[in-house]
Parts: sequence; C-alpha cells; structure tokens
Amino acid sequence: MNIALAGNPNSGKTTLFNGLTGANHYVGNWAGVTVEKREGKIKYKHQFMTVVDLPGTYSLSPYSIEEIVSRNYILGDEVDVVLNIVDATNLERNLFLTMQLIELRKPMVIALNMMDEVEKLGQKIDVKELSALLGVPVIPITAKKKKGFEELLEALMHKGLVGSGVIYSSEVEKRIDQIENELNVQNKRWHAIKLLEGDTEICEKLNRHEDHIHERISVEKYDYISRLLEKTFIKQIKEKQVGYTFTDKVDKVLLNPFLGVPIFLMIMSMVFWMTFTIGGFFLNIIDVFFGEVLSVWVLKGLEALSVQDWLISLIVDGIIGGVGGVLTFVPNIAFLFIGISFLEDSGYMARVAFVMDGWMKKVGLNGKTFIPMILGFGCNVPAIMSTRTLEEEKDRILAIMINPFMSCGARLPVYALFASAFFKGSEALVVISLYFIGIVVALLAALILRKTILKGEQDPFIMELPAYRLPEPRTLLIHVWERVRGYIVKAGTVIFAASIILWVILNFNASGMTDLTSSFGASIGKGVSFIFKPLGFGTWQASLSLLTGVIAKEIVVSNMMIVYGLAETATSEMLSATLSGVFTQLNAYAFMVFVLLYTPCIAVIGVIRRETNSWKWTIFSASYQFAIAWFIAMLIYQVGSLFL
Amino acid sequence: MSLLAVNSGQSVILKDIDWGKKLKKKLQDMGMTPGVRINMIQKPAFGPCVVEVRGTRLALGRGIVSKIFVDLI
Ligand SMILES: Nc1nc2c(ncn2[C@@H]2O[C@H](COP(=O)(O)OP(=O)(O)O)[C@@H](O)[C@H]2O)c(=O)[nH]1
Repeated sequence: MNIALAGNPNSGKTTLFNGLTGANHYVGNWAGVTVEKREGKIKYKHQFMTVVDLPGTYSLSPYSIEEIVSRNYILGDEVDVVLNIVDATNLERNLFLTMQLIELRKPMVIALNMMDEVEKLGQKIDVKELSALLGVPVIPITAKKKKGFEELLEALMHKGLVGSGVIYSSEVEKRIDQIENELNVQNKRWHAIKLLEGDTEICEKLNRHEDHIHERISVEKYDYISRLLEKTFIKQIKEKQVGYTFTDKVDKVLLNPFLGVPIFLMIMSMVFWMTFTIGGFFLNIIDVFFGEVLSVWVLKGLEALSVQDWLISLIVDGIIGGVGGVLTFVPNIAFLFIGISFLEDSGYMARVAFVMDGWMKKVGLNGKTFIPMILGFGCNVPAIMSTRTLEEEKDRILAIMINPFMSCGARLPVYALFASAFFKGSEALVVISLYFIGIVVALLAALILRKTILKGEQDPFIMELPAYRLPEPRTLLIHVWERVRGYIVKAGTVIFAASIILWVILNFNASGMTDLTSSFGASIGKGVSFIFKPLGFGTWQASLSLLTGVIAKEIVVSNMMIVYGLAETATSEMLSATLSGVFTQLNAYAFMVFVLLYTPCIAVIGVIRRETNSWKWTIFSASYQFAIAWFIAMLIYQVGSLFL
Repeated sequence: MSLLAVNSGQSVILKDIDWGKKLKKKLQDMGMTPGVRINMIQKPAFGPCVVEVRGTRLALGRGIVSKIFVDLI
C-alpha cells in the first residue's frame, strides 16, 4: 500500500515522516529532476505501507517543479491514499492545499498536527465537524510527541475517503459544469477547474484555453475555508500565549535592522566553535585510533603473518592512511551538520535570509540566496539542490555558480592537516580566514556575474517566517545522520577506490614496482606541476593531490597521507616535520586557498549539470573557479614572498 | 495606497498586487488574495517588512511591498 505524504512547509511533515517510518527510509531523487524523494516503510498490524514524502508546498500550481512532481505523483496509479498533514495552528493557510488535494479526488486522510500548541493556545477545533464537512477522516496528532499515531495508522489502513471539495459561487460552478460537459477525460471537474485557472500544463495537455478567472478561484477557495473554519474553529485566547506572539517578540530582536547581522554572525561562530572544539575532541580520539592503534596493530599482524611488504604498504599506507585520514573528520562533519540542521529546523534560517537581504541586494541577489550558501558549509550538493526555492532562472544560475566557493565539510580535513602542521596555535584564525575568503569571493563573483553575463532584475524577497520551534532531537539526528552517512559511504567507496588507485600509481611505473619518485604518479604530477609553480607549490606531490582532489576534496588529504607516508605519524609534530621540508607557511596558506576555491568535486559538477541542465554552465563553473583559485593563490604567494 | 505607507501595528485590506503572473500566483497561494486583511507586524527603518496574513507571518522585501495596493479599514 502506498501513501503519499503532502503538506505545507513547516507543518511538521518531516517530523511525522520520521516518526512513522523511523530511520528506516531511503532518500533518492524523483525521476528526471533533482527534487529529493524520501521513501519509508511502516508495518502496522501485519500490513506493510510505503510512505513517500512529497516536497513541502503551498499549492499545486504548475509554476514550480516541486509542485508538478507532487501533483503528478498523486494523480498516478501508484498512490492508494494521500496523507495530508495540516498545521492546526495555521489552519486557514494550510487548508488551501487541502482543498486542492481534495479536488484531485484521491482517497485522503488528514493529520491535524501541532495539537499540543492548539491546546496551549486555549483554542478548540471541532474535529468531528471538520471531518464531516471535508468528507475525509481528520485525525488530531502531535507529531513531535508521537501522539495520535495509532489512530492515524488505523485510518490509513482503511484507506481514507475521497473528500468533498470547495463549492464555488453559482457563476463559477456554471462554467465548471459547462466545461465538464465538453471534456472527455478522467476527473473532469479537476480538469475544468484547472482550465479556468489557466494552468499551463493542463491547458496544453487538453489544448484548450478558457478566460482565466484564476484570482477568483483562489479567493473563493479561501472564502470557502473561512466559512468552514467559522463552523469548526473556536478561538478562546487565554491570557498565556504561545506560538506567534512569542515568535513576534523574539523577532523584534533577531530581525532588528541593526542587531540582526551581528546576532547572526554570533550564532554562526557558535556553530563553528562547536564544530571545531567539540568535534575536534572526538577527532583526536579517532585520529589516535587510526594512527597509533589500528595501523600499528594491522602492521604487526600482517608482519606476523609474513605478508609481502607491498601488500602491507597497500593496506597500511594506501587504505588505512587514505580512508582513515578522511574518516577522522566524521565528528567535525557531524557537529557542523547538527548546527546547520538546528538552524533549519528551528525556523531561524528564514530569519538569516531576512537579515542578509540588504547585503545580498548590494551584489544583486535576494536574501533567500543566502540559505543555500550556508547549507554549502555542510555540502555543496544539497545546497545547490536547495536553490530550487529561487523562482527566477537567472537568480538560480547565479546562486549555483557561487555556491562551491562556500567551503564544504570535505575541505575541512585539508585545512585541519595544514593548519595543524604549519600554524600551531593559530589554527582557528587560519581556518576562519579561509571561510571568509570563500564568502567574499562568492559575493564578488556574484557581483561581477550579475553585471556581465547574468544581467537581470532580482526577484523580490518573499518568504514565510515560521514560528520558532524547538527542533525535535530525533528528527534532527536523522537529518544529520543522512548527511554523515553520505560522507562515510563516500569514504568507503570513492575514497577507498581512489586510495588504492593512488597507491598503485605511486608505487608502480611501466617497468613494475618502483619507489615514489619514479612512479606513474610522480610523472603525472611532474607533468602538470608547471601550472602550480607560480603559486608556490609546484611539487609533483602537491600537483597530483590537487588533480585527484577533483574526484573528492578529501582525497587531497588521502593523497598527502600516502605520498608522505603519514598514516603512521599521528602527532602533529611529526606531521609538520615531514611536511615542512616541502611547504612553508606561505605556500601552505596559498595551497589551502587554492583547495578552497578551485574546481568543485565531481559530485558537485554533476549536480550543477543536472540543475542548470546545461553543459555550458557546468564547464564554465569548473573553469572559472579554477582560474579564480589560481589567480588568488598566485597573488597571495607572490605578494607574500615580497614581505616574508 | 501602497502597503509601504502602512505603519507597524496597522491593519489594511488587500486590493491588488502589481506584479507578474507567477509571483502574484505565489502570493495568492500564500494567502494574499484580494480582500484579505493584512496586519503590518514589523516595519523597520530599512530592509524587508513582516506582515501577518491569514495567521501566517510573511517577510516581504520593500520592492514588492511598494507594489501591493491596499485600503485602510
Ligand atoms: N509543538 C509542536 N511542534 C512540532 C510538532 N510537529 C513538528 N513540530 C516542530 O515544527 C518544526 C517544523 O517541523 P518539520 O517536521 O521540520 O516541518 P516540515 O518543514 O513540514 O518538514 C520543527 O521544529 C518541529 O520540531 C508538533 O506536533 N508540536
């Protein structure tokens, strides 16, 4: 049995989905488009149900890909019942989507969420009456506390009911009837309404064009909802108020035009502080585990088994060094995602867009563009996908083009390695400076692109400000786990394979096994090293690292681990001793800046290709970033050389 | 008059939105239909405004706010 879960953004959809399915779910993409598709399984009373989480939308119009995806999926044969989650504290707006869903004439169940807040507000909803009027089972729930799930599952098992939709004014109804009579399709009423709304997709499909009375239909829908609520919604505001009133008070401060930005910077610093100090604490433990425990044991074990030297080298240097060097950063990545997810789930992210709107305007973008930028601190792939929230095509392309400059979690290992080796004592400062360079370059790039090849008006800023809510730990952790798992899987697959290949090309040449300096890898590195000479790191080792780093940025570290045999050198003293023969502070810094800015990794290039649907933009993105990285790193090295 | 002329704490009735079809549709989906009551929650000296429509808080940039036409109640 297939359930399609639909609802407004911030209605608690994710909380409900996770609550129903547990961590037992699968994240993929909708066919052909990069809208995230989540599927989860439930077993209730020996019946298996699959829940598909549709993107959160306000409506089902044909203007956004999310809404088209949702409605086509619901209209398809696959769906047995639509589960519509509704925020009970915000019924009027939420029921607008409900009324559209009902018009699709699929069996439906409504989950009336946030009932705890309704109670706190001292309001009452006549659930029975609401259910009777809509013709659909309405189940009150509190997704956060998993209250009402039993009843909800019971209702879902009975497959819900096809509801009764909006009754429009007699004038509109007459026109609907007229068109219905002339149509020869399934679900005539819905098609007729869509034709009257001037829905481009349906008009084209049926090759029929009516005078649009779109606005009128929306107004009548809302009027119908208002009448419905008069009969079912009893407002009894008590003295004590929660929800928006609290939110309004907080927003007076957080959205203050003078305080907003400083507060945001403070919150962001806290996220990074947590990433580095708490994450760093765990990192040290894991680092010791890989560097001093695992590799030593494995080394001893393999020697005891008198395994051939080359195999020992492959396993210890290649695999443990390469993969371990990346896995040690899991705690940092996890804490970074916890921070970012907290900002998202609490409702603060919308405020960030708000306070940054002024600054973003200066570079020709709207405040909403800043959200993908922050998500980019985690990983640029979902960040680029999230640019979907920008309606204007040029705004989106621009947002995509600058996103890779936001330093993602995979670049952290590189900074950490070099900062701890060369900038002992001021690691934090060095890493912060890199994040800042990334942001500044992104904004400058936006400014220049906007003035040249992406000229155009920026979209006006429109955004819902959801009520602040404390994120539910479970939802937060599942969210974080999804991202961290991605990082670990990447270490186990891409990085694992790349490490082996690297080890091979670093230990062999055409005439068989050899030492590093005459290996294939060295030849490749030497072949391209001239490009990096002016930047101060024209060694074959650095060149090879950067070249392979395009597969995934972490590989730069894996590479260093293998090239310099760092797997067994756990302490930073030994590390800097090994690296200091090759790098100085100056070219180490130039190297980090280059890693920060240059051509994004393959996964990002792939998502840019899909999102822009253009090779031209993809190639442009990869090459202009390389050029910018080269130029800035060169500037740092050359100017720095004059003074140091 | 335009919504930009409305002060914090005032309520008005939406008359029309003077913008392209797509964006107008989006605002309507979010509840901004003609005849609806809009409460101005926060109107800072500069930057976007916060309005309340049908129980929802919306942040609107000044560009669009100046193109939303309203009547005093
Ligand atoms: N008080 C309360 N908060 C809830 C409930 N369900 C979800 N939330 C919170 O509402 C916010 C938005 O929920 P989320 O599931 O992320 O919404 P989505 O955007 O629809 O996926 C989160 O902070 C949740 O913790 C509920 O039943 N009661």
